[in-house]
Amino acid sequence: MTPARDYSLIGPERDRAIAVGLASAEWYHTDVPRKIMKGLMRRNDGAATRDTILWLGLLLLTGIGGVATWGTWWAVPFFLVYGVLYGSACDSRWHECGHGTAFKTQWKNDWVYALASFMVLRNPVAWRWSHARHHTDTIIVGRDPEITVMRPPDIARKALAFIGIPDAFQHFGVLVRQAISGPNAEEADYIPESEVTKVMFWARLFVGLHLVALLLALLTWSVLPLMLIGGPRIYGTWHMVLVGLLQHGGLAEDVLDHRLNSRTVYMNPVSRWLYWNMNYHVEHHMFPMVPYHALPALHELIKDDLPPANPSIPHAYAEMIAAVLRQRTEPGYFARRALPPGAKPYVEAFHTETSLPEAS
Amino acid sequence: MSEWVDVCAIGEIEEEDVIRFDHVGRTFAVYRDEDGTPFCTDGLCTHEQVHLADGLVLDDEIECPKHNGRFNYKTGAALRTPACVALTTYPARIAEGRIQVQV
Repeated sequence: MTPARDYSLIGPERDRAIAVGLASAEWYHTDVPRKIMKGLMRRNDGAATRDTILWLGLLLLTGIGGVATWGTWWAVPFFLVYGVLYGSACDSRWHECGHGTAFKTQWKNDWVYALASFMVLRNPVAWRWSHARHHTDTIIVGRDPEITVMRPPDIARKALAFIGIPDAFQHFGVLVRQAISGPNAEEADYIPESEVTKVMFWARLFVGLHLVALLLALLTWSVLPLMLIGGPRIYGTWHMVLVGLLQHGGLAEDVLDHRLNSRTVYMNPVSRWLYWNMNYHVEHHMFPMVPYHALPALHELIKDDLPPANPSIPHAYAEMIAAVLRQRTEPGYFARRALPPGAKPYVEAFHTETSLPEAS
Repeated sequence: MSEWVDVCAIGEIEEEDVIRFDHVGRTFAVYRDEDGTPFCTDGLCTHEQVHLADGLVLDDEIECPKHNGRFNYKTGAALRTPACVALTTYPARIAEGRIQVQV
């Protein structure tokens, strides 16, 4: 049986990843002519402005509806929708605006990024650096701070994440700790010293705003303020977890080809809108400069060089759950993605842990 | 003073675009802005050593293809994290239909 791995960013796995050349390495990219790629990377404000007006408008309408009908059963459907718009859609807005690709106008990216960071309970400065590392060293053990499904997997914890437990409280705890003492040793591995003041500022602001909501709840002796602020990260987070686990769950670690460690899944239009097309996850990791609204076109262009996309969310879950269940007793196991005929083959030397040179 | 080095014919770089230029063991990024004026910077992002020539030119800025950090390629200034350290810039000119840089 393969022993459990150490996912810490300051432990022996980090030293191993650096020693064997897995850190800050060259990754496989499908060949796309420069002229076509320039067209795909081109930015505009139209799609994201439309989607953001719709998102904020629906949040406002369902929030008002929930408040107006509070105390009756009519509030339930309003908060079911409000919760998902707040506690799930925030993740994709955080992600795309963090990359700076959603809008052409950067202040729009920055404002939506700050708002979505607040909703998803992530420090906007710390997580910008965390996500940069995730793209440098995607699912490289000891380097990537955003590995969601570790081995052996804690399945009960992943199931509870659908209702924000303990995930939301853990994220809030991180904000409190950062507000008091700034980044810890692991975070300091990827956040430059020059950013510490900003990390603490945003943590204090976010903690303070949530404490105001809590105070309002206590003063009014009603849970309503927390249904509007903070609470959706618990009762509305299920869609974020549903689609987010599929990004890399059950796939390979320590490989330098996103075709092996990321998953593209065809989804219904509502999920794709909530998720801002991050279901095209191989494509996103391979070409992070392509805005979310151009990912379907990128997928059509390069799909013959990628493993076939999972045709649905249930199909992807069947694949992931089978792998994750096996990883309980065989942490070295992963679901290997097959390539279509004609695709450039995997470079085996980078795809089997046993073929990697051992760290000295 | 460094000498002027030939890079390519002017038509080999589109307006608002960038190419990679390797010279005596160093790598550079050579740009043309929307008016066609050439510019030159170091070729690798100061954050993670990624070739900027694979990135996107937007007005006066170059966006790194790996982490979306941004620089002003005319001044070298780092504009967007994770890029924090400025790029070194080099003189560039057009002479007899060819782009030259002084590196």
